[in-house]
Amino acid sequence: MADRTQIARQFIEAIPHSKALGMRLTEMADGVAVIDMPYDEKLVGDPETGVIHGGAVSALMDTCCGAAVMCHPDNAGGTATIDLRIDYMRAATPGERISARAECYHVTRSVAFVRATAVDNDAENPVAAATGAFTMETKP
Amino acid sequence: MKAPRRRPEPVQVIKQRRDTTLRALVDGVPYIRFLGIQFERRGDELTGILPFDEKLIGNPLLPAIHGGVTAAFLEVTAIITLSWSYLWEDVESGAIDAAGLAETGLPRLPKTIDISTDYLRSGLPRDAYARARINRFGRRYASVHVEAWQDNRDRLFAQATGHFLMPQRRD
Repeated sequence: MADRTQIARQFIEAIPHSKALGMRLTEMADGVAVIDMPYDEKLVGDPETGVIHGGAVSALMDTCCGAAVMCHPDNAGGTATIDLRIDYMRAATPGERISARAECYHVTRSVAFVRATAVDNDAENPVAAATGAFTMETKP
Repeated sequence: MKAPRRRPEPVQVIKQRRDTTLRALVDGVPYIRFLGIQFERRGDELTGILPFDEKLIGNPLLPAIHGGVTAAFLEVTAIITLSWSYLWEDVESGAIDAAGLAETGLPRLPKTIDISTDYLRSGLPRDAYARARINRFGRRYASVHVEAWQDNRDRLFAQATGHFLMPQRRD
């Protein structure tokens, strides 16, 4: 498991876009991943308030869900997003890092169903929630 | 008796007012600049353009555009198209002072309530285009469908449907 976590971490941190957004994989377990993204002015969507753009939260959610699928014990290969729905519950507080946690709540031979939540420092009130379907390559 | 029809404004005056407003809308958002998204305008029709860049890659092996970038591109296209349509009347009537937008700031942008993205094929390492269709444009809520393609207009690589909360007019 330690090996796979290490490989997954390197894999995620080598993704050019995830790197550009400063994402860091902080936790990983079977079918679960936690990724942090620091606040950055270049990600602002509303210049009046300094709130991060929803698109950057989408990128974090997508990466985190993909990472959760990658580290699922039944997954033999990579993964690709089939669909992803994001609910924006509130504006993320400017200046605070956003942390996403994703888990595969069901997997079949070819599909992983994933749920994710994103929070800032106020972890009791999520910023966004996501649900999606991802491709799986099960071991023969 | 009907009032005499107003003489149409010279084409360059209209174009300048429309283009200045659109530019202020797009350039004012740091995240749009970060992704490098541009907009092309034909009358009131907008096309979002995402020029390919290394930092947009999500899978270095294929390589393919990051799914999050695709989602963001669709969301940005939906929001700009909605704002554009919300501002259109004021741009046409001249109620919006296009030249003064930089100082006075823009009207508030619509807020995303939710967005659902379908990934139909992987985003290739080349430019992408997107257009949004507003299916409902209410005083409070709007529903928008967006399509994105690369080489062929008929072969979409992604589509999305989103719901948005419209800014309330200050009057």
